[in-house]
Amino acid sequence: MTEPTLGKDLLGLEGLTKAQVELILDTAEPFKEVSERAIKKVPALRGKTIVNLFFEASTRTRISFEFAEKRLSADTVNVAASGSSVSKGETLVDTARNLEAMRIDMVVIRHGSSGAAKFLADRIRSNVINAGDGTHEHPTQGLLDLLTLRDRFGKIEGLKVAICGDVLHSRVARSNIWGLLKLGAEVAVCGPATLIPPQVVELGVQIIPRIEDAIAWADALNILRLQLERMQAGFIPSLREYNRVFGVTRERLARAPKELAILHPGPMNRGVEIDSDVADGPHSVILPQVTNGVAVRMAVLYLLAGGGPDWRSGGGGDDR
Amino acid sequence: MSDLLIRGGRVIDPSRATDGVADVYVKDGKIEAVGRNIPAQPGASIIDAAGKVVAPGLVDLHVHLREPGFEHAETIATGAMSAAAGGFTAICAMPNTDPVTDSQATVGFVVRQAIRAAKARVYPIGAVSIGQNGEQLTEFGEMVQAGAVAVSDDGRPVATSHLMRTALEYAKTFGIPVADHCEDMSLAKGGAMHEGIISARLGLKGIPSAAEEIMVARDIILAELTGGHVHLCHMSTKGSVALIRWAKERGLRVTAEATPHHFTLTHERCEGYDTNAKMNPPLREAADREAIRQGLKDGTIDCIASDHAPHHYDTKEREFDDAPNGIVGLETALGLGLRELVEPGLLSLPDLLARMSTVPARIFKLPGGTLMVGAPADVVVFDPAERWTVRREDLHSRSTNSPFLGETLSGRVQLTLVGGRVAYDRSNRQIL
Repeated sequence: MTEPTLGKDLLGLEGLTKAQVELILDTAEPFKEVSERAIKKVPALRGKTIVNLFFEASTRTRISFEFAEKRLSADTVNVAASGSSVSKGETLVDTARNLEAMRIDMVVIRHGSSGAAKFLADRIRSNVINAGDGTHEHPTQGLLDLLTLRDRFGKIEGLKVAICGDVLHSRVARSNIWGLLKLGAEVAVCGPATLIPPQVVELGVQIIPRIEDAIAWADALNILRLQLERMQAGFIPSLREYNRVFGVTRERLARAPKELAILHPGPMNRGVEIDSDVADGPHSVILPQVTNGVAVRMAVLYLLAGGGPDWRSGGGGDDR
Repeated sequence: MSDLLIRGGRVIDPSRATDGVADVYVKDGKIEAVGRNIPAQPGASIIDAAGKVVAPGLVDLHVHLREPGFEHAETIATGAMSAAAGGFTAICAMPNTDPVTDSQATVGFVVRQAIRAAKARVYPIGAVSIGQNGEQLTEFGEMVQAGAVAVSDDGRPVATSHLMRTALEYAKTFGIPVADHCEDMSLAKGGAMHEGIISARLGLKGIPSAAEEIMVARDIILAELTGGHVHLCHMSTKGSVALIRWAKERGLRVTAEATPHHFTLTHERCEGYDTNAKMNPPLREAADREAIRQGLKDGTIDCIASDHAPHHYDTKEREFDDAPNGIVGLETALGLGLRELVEPGLLSLPDLLARMSTVPARIFKLPGGTLMVGAPADVVVFDPAERWTVRREDLHSRSTNSPFLGETLSGRVQLTLVGGRVAYDRSNRQIL
């Protein structure tokens, strides 16, 4: 059997095989150590040019990608939509083609429209990494969640993971569902019915309507951010009631039959979907998630650049 | 105009329920005779139709011609040319132009541009409300005098139940239908495709079937209240078909159309975020498509309309959320009808032609849809067996936003006559 590769782009986890997901996680493993060094740098992507094209505000994901790129010795440029020609009406494809005319190697794109990363990937030769497209996927978030769960439990297969909150509008939820299912986890979603697409059952995901039942069932909770505009759009009556009915609180966790790992993709609304004593509690892996984010993104960048298993020996990819 | 003898074709005239090999003689723009071995008068042009079908020109109750206001996407002339190339001799232009066709002056503009184009006949549909704003009724009477054949706020629904009620009542005076785009805007708001498993996976906001069905139900109930004629545009769901069936059983004046894309495609076509699969109503599920097909078979859905919706390349070449709804359809409608409905045995060829010519002509009370002696010579000649591939460069519309590019269709139009004049002739592709 040939070794799996990633291909040109990383647009989502839906299109990946189990072997590809495992390849990324396994590749991320040794990259963790790079970030622990005094000199946090390997030459794997030396000479590569990467553009971080962010059409939506992002702190965590953008910085995480930037660290990953810099620790691999790539040259990086950050483009934010405001202040660029995009704000003057330039189309997405024109923006990307102009960047490509400057001979870049990769584009990391965050965009408010589902499918934007694929749209771009179909039209430019550079590698495209989806850093979140609308309410579709956020594959590197899904991968870092998988890595964090694997670190904590040793393996994903057979694990029961409940994704809690606004699944309808969550690209994190979609990437998690695909990644977890591919690696053999059992997946449930929990939240108000207005924010749960009922079709998820067709994917093999169960719906648990009440948070108490999800807590009793799960080994791990991945708690999604509840965006404040959902209240204005009428999906929920109030944040206060959301916390009372769906919030993950210490009291609710105390009744669980076992200790649950607590994940959150951030940024958190403390006191809404998650209480501070849970977020900061002993079973929270929220900060390890962030640490793993850099390693996973290093792995993705490295693999898309054509890297093999020999990055420690010097140059990676095809630029030796 | 010289006489024309269309010789030896399979002449199908759904208006008289006839189907057999015959000649059709055209004189002074009218059908002069239909029968065997008609002799050609001196100077008459002879068209050999052996092996081809000769039928009443197709009639499309629902097209968007974009003029005035969006001439970069389509004009009345290019739309009428596209129609003729697709075998259509009469098309009805929706009023959502800029300015909106909501007065006798704007209706008159469409009529004049169509005469100038001299291809397919173009009948304007006036807006129900001024500016399609959903508030004040337009002057139906003056618009009808100027040439409007129906009223509609298409592109959006007739906004309120009260407006729909008054429109249906007022339209009765002039004997025209109110054509409605059925969509509950509060349910459909922000939607980019059908709400279902595909929208859930793609992370696109869905438009539930209920958004259409609620308005279909409203319109049926108001048709009963008013006794007016409601024509339901581009039906797309199983539930809508059931509601219309119920309305017809009650004897209400309800007619309905469906598009070739809704009897051919499903929401799965949106995979990959192809903006040529983005339309409103959206492509639905396989069960919906099947219900539309059955509706066309049993007559619950009266006719096929293309909902020809040209959009410039640039506006479709973008993110799915931001792309406009709709596809061009005039030049693929017949080929899809043959491939999807006739070849699998769902409809006979005469039944398909009835749903594409005779029946729609009757719904909007248009001339055409018949080869009766004395009728205007609106005729299409096509080879039902000829297979052809849809190629961007072959389309006559100014826009080529079609999900069927590259597909092989059945039945290619050879000749289209409008009032006895050649509007399209593929043998020499001359534009007469």
